[in-house]
Amino acid sequence: MAIKIGDFINSLFFNIFGRKKSVKLGLYGPPNSGKSSLANRICEDWIGEPLSSVSQIPHETREVKLKEGVTIKSNGKTLTFNVVDTPGIATKIDYTDFLKFKLNSRVAKKRAKEATKGVIDSIKWLDDMDAVVVVLDSTKNPYSQVNLTIIGNLAARKTPVLIVGNKIDLRKASIKKIQDAFPQYNIVGVSALKGHNMDLFYKSLFRLVR
Amino acid sequence: MLTLQFIPSHELSSLGEEEKIKKLLMHVKNNSIVVLDAKLKAEEEASLIKYTMGMINNKFKGIEIATINPNEKMIHGLDRFRVNLASMIMGREQGLTVIGPASIIKEIKKDPNKIQLFTKRRK
Repeated sequence: MAIKIGDFINSLFFNIFGRKKSVKLGLYGPPNSGKSSLANRICEDWIGEPLSSVSQIPHETREVKLKEGVTIKSNGKTLTFNVVDTPGIATKIDYTDFLKFKLNSRVAKKRAKEATKGVIDSIKWLDDMDAVVVVLDSTKNPYSQVNLTIIGNLAARKTPVLIVGNKIDLRKASIKKIQDAFPQYNIVGVSALKGHNMDLFYKSLFRLVR
Repeated sequence: MLTLQFIPSHELSSLGEEEKIKKLLMHVKNNSIVVLDAKLKAEEEASLIKYTMGMINNKFKGIEIATINPNEKMIHGLDRFRVNLASMIMGREQGLTVIGPASIIKEIKKDPNKIQLFTKRRK
């Protein structure tokens, strides 16, 4: 099997991580793709407590959240991660969208204001990550500009990237579409909410940063 | 009325990143759909999003953006070399960028080969 470009870049990164005590792992993606659900799944699996609150309402995570010292074991190896859950990156935020979720106008406007700041913070934090898991909703079209911008920026920074297609438990999920959109990257399908395929996720994470 | 603003990339080539983005956003804030005959760099796209977020208020809801990049397509070998060479000679990223105000554009659907722009129906 041909070696993927992503694997090659990641293998170059091996020695850098080999000397580090912990890996700063960012979770990036558009709003409502399941970044916080995945962060919670990772933290619950390995330290027994969640990191972030989750909601059906977009932009639930409006501040960068960090959990240090998450030690993960896979295939007899151990690595310690500082898990960074970031606000979803978007190109537009309309407070009236939040009114549909029965938030009153004042709360919706406040949420929108905080969400804009969250997006800016997410982008600023891109420079600080050792590795990034890009979390995409596998029921949605992967060719959105936000996805391309995130992945393009990580490629420009030479940051190792693992793409996760989340929500594979849903009928409309398609990992194939994500693979077609980003053929040069490793892609793992998971359901963070239900914990499906997490073993493969952890193996892929170790391949990314080993 | 829908205004389409074509901006030739050479008009932006002498500008720094911040000036370039401010110019693009100025047109978008005036309710124009901007068509640029080049692809923004990944870092410029990120800056564009940051500036956009800083401008959002009750009237300006943000932007919709899509780019077509010849490098995104599954081109290899000689074709990729030609694209890269053209970019080097012309001093800009090959491709196309469409940016519009989110208050007018409902959605930009994109696959590697085409952009479909859907505007909002006036109430």
